[in-house]
Amino acid sequence: MLELKLNQLDFPLLSLFIFLPVLGAFLLLFIKNAMAARWVALVVSIIELGLCVPLLLNFDSSMAHMQFGESIPWIAAWNINYRLGVDGISILFVVLAALLTVISIMVSWTAIQDRVREFMIAMLFLEAAMIGVFVSLDLFLFYIFWEAMLIPMYLLIGIWGGPNRLYAAIKFFLYTLVGSVLMLIAIIAVYFAAGHTFDVLALMNYKFSHTFQMWAFAAFFVAFAVKVPMFPVHTWLPDAHVEAPTAGSIILAGILIKMGAYGFLRFSLPFFPDAALAWTPAIMVLSVIAIIYGAYMAFAQTDFKKLIAYSSVSHMGFVTLGIFALNLQGLEGGILQMLNHGVSTGALFLAVGIIYERTHTRQIADYGGIAARVPVYATFLMIVTFSSIGLPGTNGFIGEFTILLGAFLHYKPYAVIASLGIILGAGYMLWLYQRVAFGKITNAHNEHLADMNAREVVAALPLVILVFFIGLYPNAAFGVIHASVENLVQHVNAKMASAPAVTQMLSTVIGN
Amino acid sequence: MPTLYQQFMQSMMPILPEAIVIIVALTVLVFDFFIEKERKSLLGWYSLAGIVIAAYASYTLMPMGGTFFGGTFHLDPFATFFNFVFYIACGLGILVSINYLEVEDIHRGEYYALMLFATSGMMFMASAGDLILLYLGLELMALSIYILAGFMRGSNRSNEAAIKYLILGAFSSGIMLYGMSLLYGLAGTTNLSGILAFLRVADLSNPIIFLAMIMLTVSFGFKVAAAPFHMWVPDVYEGAPTSVTAFMSAGPKVAGFAVLLRVFLYTFEPLREHSTAILAGLAVLTMAVGNVMALSQTNIKRMLAYSSIAHAGYALVGLAAGGPDGAASVMLYVLIYAFMNMGAFGVVIMLRKAGERGEEISDFAGLGKTNKTAAFLMLIFMFSLTGIPPLAGFIGKFYIFKSAVEAGLVWLAVAGVLFSAISAYFYLRVIMVMYMHEPKESIELSSAPSLALALAISVTAVIVIGIYPTDLLNYARASIAGIM
Repeated sequence: MLELKLNQLDFPLLSLFIFLPVLGAFLLLFIKNAMAARWVALVVSIIELGLCVPLLLNFDSSMAHMQFGESIPWIAAWNINYRLGVDGISILFVVLAALLTVISIMVSWTAIQDRVREFMIAMLFLEAAMIGVFVSLDLFLFYIFWEAMLIPMYLLIGIWGGPNRLYAAIKFFLYTLVGSVLMLIAIIAVYFAAGHTFDVLALMNYKFSHTFQMWAFAAFFVAFAVKVPMFPVHTWLPDAHVEAPTAGSIILAGILIKMGAYGFLRFSLPFFPDAALAWTPAIMVLSVIAIIYGAYMAFAQTDFKKLIAYSSVSHMGFVTLGIFALNLQGLEGGILQMLNHGVSTGALFLAVGIIYERTHTRQIADYGGIAARVPVYATFLMIVTFSSIGLPGTNGFIGEFTILLGAFLHYKPYAVIASLGIILGAGYMLWLYQRVAFGKITNAHNEHLADMNAREVVAALPLVILVFFIGLYPNAAFGVIHASVENLVQHVNAKMASAPAVTQMLSTVIGN
Repeated sequence: MPTLYQQFMQSMMPILPEAIVIIVALTVLVFDFFIEKERKSLLGWYSLAGIVIAAYASYTLMPMGGTFFGGTFHLDPFATFFNFVFYIACGLGILVSINYLEVEDIHRGEYYALMLFATSGMMFMASAGDLILLYLGLELMALSIYILAGFMRGSNRSNEAAIKYLILGAFSSGIMLYGMSLLYGLAGTTNLSGILAFLRVADLSNPIIFLAMIMLTVSFGFKVAAAPFHMWVPDVYEGAPTSVTAFMSAGPKVAGFAVLLRVFLYTFEPLREHSTAILAGLAVLTMAVGNVMALSQTNIKRMLAYSSIAHAGYALVGLAAGGPDGAASVMLYVLIYAFMNMGAFGVVIMLRKAGERGEEISDFAGLGKTNKTAAFLMLIFMFSLTGIPPLAGFIGKFYIFKSAVEAGLVWLAVAGVLFSAISAYFYLRVIMVMYMHEPKESIELSSAPSLALALAISVTAVIVIGIYPTDLLNYARASIAGIM
C-alpha cells in the first residue's frame, strides 16, 4: 500500500521548492529597478529548476511510495498536517512547472514593460502555489494551494492581459471558484466520513460507501472538469488564453489545466473508484465530444491563440479519455500526454508570444509567407506543430498512441471516434502553419520581421529538446511514472466493490 | 476582616474591564473641555490607552470565573473572548477615526466617549446572564451609535442615517421587550439559566414559547443585519461617517452574535430542533440578499454594507450548525471579520479627503498605480473577504462550513459556498478598478500614523491568522465553555 516514505535526503527539499519562490517574491518587494527585478526573478526560477536535479537523481522510480516526505502538524485541532511528498505521478509536473516558469520569465523579458516587479512577484507566487498543488499530501493543504493559485493568475490576466482582459479574468476566476467551492464541501464531507482526517494516503485506503462516493466524486469532478477543462465547462479557456500575456498562457496551458487531470489521478480515482467506474461512460462521452468539438472549433478560428486554446480542449479530451479508460496504458498515456501537452502547447504559446511581440496582431490572416523572413522561427513553429499533431518521432505521438491503445482495450467505439480527432488535429495545425509560414508575404509589415533572438532561442530550446527526447525515448518518462501508475491501477482495482468484468480486464492488462 | 471598601472593591472586580472603559469615557468628556480643537486627537490616543488597559484587565481576570451580581453577570471565557473582539473593533475604530474626524472637521471629544460607551454596552451584552442586563447593555450600545451615526450634524445624509437607525432600532427594541416579557410571563424569571431550567421541563408545544423565540430572533436579526431585517443597513452605513460605519459593521454586529450564541445555544437549547430551521432559513436568505444586492452597488460603503449583511449570513450558518464547533466557528469568524472589515474601511477612509467624496468604487480607479501600498492592502482585504486562502477569511469560512457539514446541514454549506463564490464578483471588481483601470486624476491620500497603524494591525492579522490559525482556533474552542 502507498505510504509516505521518509525523506531520503534528510532535507526538506519539497518545502524548499515551495518557499524559495516565495522568498524570491519577498526579495522583489525591496527592488525598485525593473531590470534588477527581472534578473532576480530569473535567477530564483533557475535555482528552482536546479533543485530538480537532486529531486530527479534521488527519486527511486522502482517503487510507488511517496518520496521526499515531510510531515509536521499544522492545525492540530482539525488534524491538519503540512504533508508533502512526490511519487511518479506528480514528480514530472514539479519539474515541468519549474521549467515553464523559467521560460515564462524569459519570454516576458521585453514583452512586459509595465509594473515589471509586480509581474515577477505574481509569477513567483504562482510557481510556489503550482508546485504546492502537486506535492501536497493533505487535502486541506492541497486546497489552499489550489485556490491561492487563482490570485496571481487572476492578476496576470487582468493587469497584463489584452484588451478584453477584464472579462476574461473575471470569467476565469468565477468558473474555477464555483467548481472549487463545491469540492471544498466534498473535502469536508470526506474528512468526516473517513474519521476526521485530511491525510491523502489514509483516505486512499479508506473505503467510502457507494452513495457517498457518487456524491463526492461528482463534487470533485466539477472542480477538476472546470480546470481541465472538459466540455461543456471549457468556455473560460479560450477567453483566458486569448487575453492572457504570453507567460500567463504558457503557465495556463502548461500547468494549470493539468491540475484538473492530476486531481482525477490523485484524488478521484483512488478515493472513489466505484463512482469513477459508474461515471466512466458519461466522462468518456464528454471526452470524445471535447476531442471532436475542440478540433472542429479550432478549424473555425481566425485568432492564433484562440485556435491553440481550442486545440487544448481537444488534447485534454485525450487525456481524460486515457485516464478514464482505467487501465495501465490509458493512465500512462494520459499522464504522458499531460506532459506532452504542457511542452508542446507551452511551446506553441511561446511561438505566438514571440511573433506577437513583433507584430502586435494575433490574426492568422495578418501573417503568411513569413518562413522566408524568419527561418529559425519557422523551424521552431514547425517542430512544435508536428509535436502538437503527434507526428511519430515527436512526443505527441507516443502519448496519443498509448491513450488510444488503452481506450481501445475497453471502449472501442470511443477510441475509433477519438482517433478522428488526431486527423482533424493534423488538419487544423497544418492549415495554420501553411497560412502563417508559407505562400507569399501578404502583409507588408512582415517584410522586415526580425528572427528569434538569442534569448528567445534559449527559452525555446529546452522545449524542442523535450519534444524529441520524449518522442524518441519515451521510456525515460514512462520509467518514472510506471511504478506509481501500476500501483494506482492495482489499488483502484482492489477497492472496486462490484465490477467483475473490469476487474478481470484490469488483471489481464496488468498480467501482460 | 476586610473593610467595607475592600469588600466593595472585591465585589466589583468582575466588572473591572467594563468599569475602566466607562471611567475612561467619562474622563474623556471632562478632558474635552480643556483641550483645544486642534489637539483633540489626544483624546483618541487616551481612549485607545483606556482600551488597552481594559484589555489587560480582561486578561488578568481570565483565571477568575463565575456568575456575579445575583446571576446577572457572567465572567466566563465566552464573554472574555467577545470582550477581546470588542477591544479590537473599538481600538481599530478609534485609530481609523482620528484622522478622519480631522478631515471631516467633526473632531469633538464626545465622539470617543460615545464609542467607549457603546463598547461597554457590548461588553455587558456578552456577559449578560439576565434579560434585563442584556437589554440595558444593548440600549447603551444602540443609543451611543444612533448619535455617532448622526455625528456629521451638517450633513443631511448623516442625519437621515441617524433618524432611520433610531426609529427602526427603537422598533426592534420594542419587539425584543415584547419577546422578553413573554418569556418572563412563562418562566417567571428573567435569568437565562432560569429560563433554560423552565424550558427543560416545559410543554414545548406551547405556541407562546415560539412567539417569544421568534420575537427575539427578529430583534437580534435586526442588530446583526440579517435579512429580512436588513433594510436599514445600506442607508445607515452609507450616511454615517465612514469611521462610524467601520465601527458599526464590526462592533454591534459581533455583540449581536454574542447574544444570539448565548441565547440560542444555551437558553434555547431545548428548542434546538425548531431554532435550527429558523436560523438556517435566515442564513440562506441573508447570504442571498447580501451577496446578490452587493453585485450592483457603485458606492463602496453601500457595497460593504451589503457585504456585511452577507457575512452575517455566513455567521448564521455556524449558529444554525450549533454545537461546540458551531459556536466556536462563529466566534472565530466574527473575530476575523472584524479585522478584515476594519481594514477595508480603513482603506476607504484613506481615500476620503476634504472636498472630494472618495466613496464611489470608481474613485479607486488606478490606485494600483498611484498608491501601491493602499491598493495592495485593499487587495488583501478583498481577497480575504472573498475567502480565498491563504488569508484569514478562508479559515473563518472553512470552519463555519465544516461545522455545518458536521451538523448534517450539507445543503446549507453548499448554499454558503455558492454565495461566497458569487461574492467574488463584487470584491474582485474593486481590485479590477484599482489595478486594471487607468487613474482618473492623481489621488492624494490622507494618511496618518493612526490610520497606518490600524491598517498594519489588520493586514498582519489577516495574513497571520490565515497561515497559522491554530492558537486562535484553540482559544475559540476553549472559550465556548461558558455556554455549553
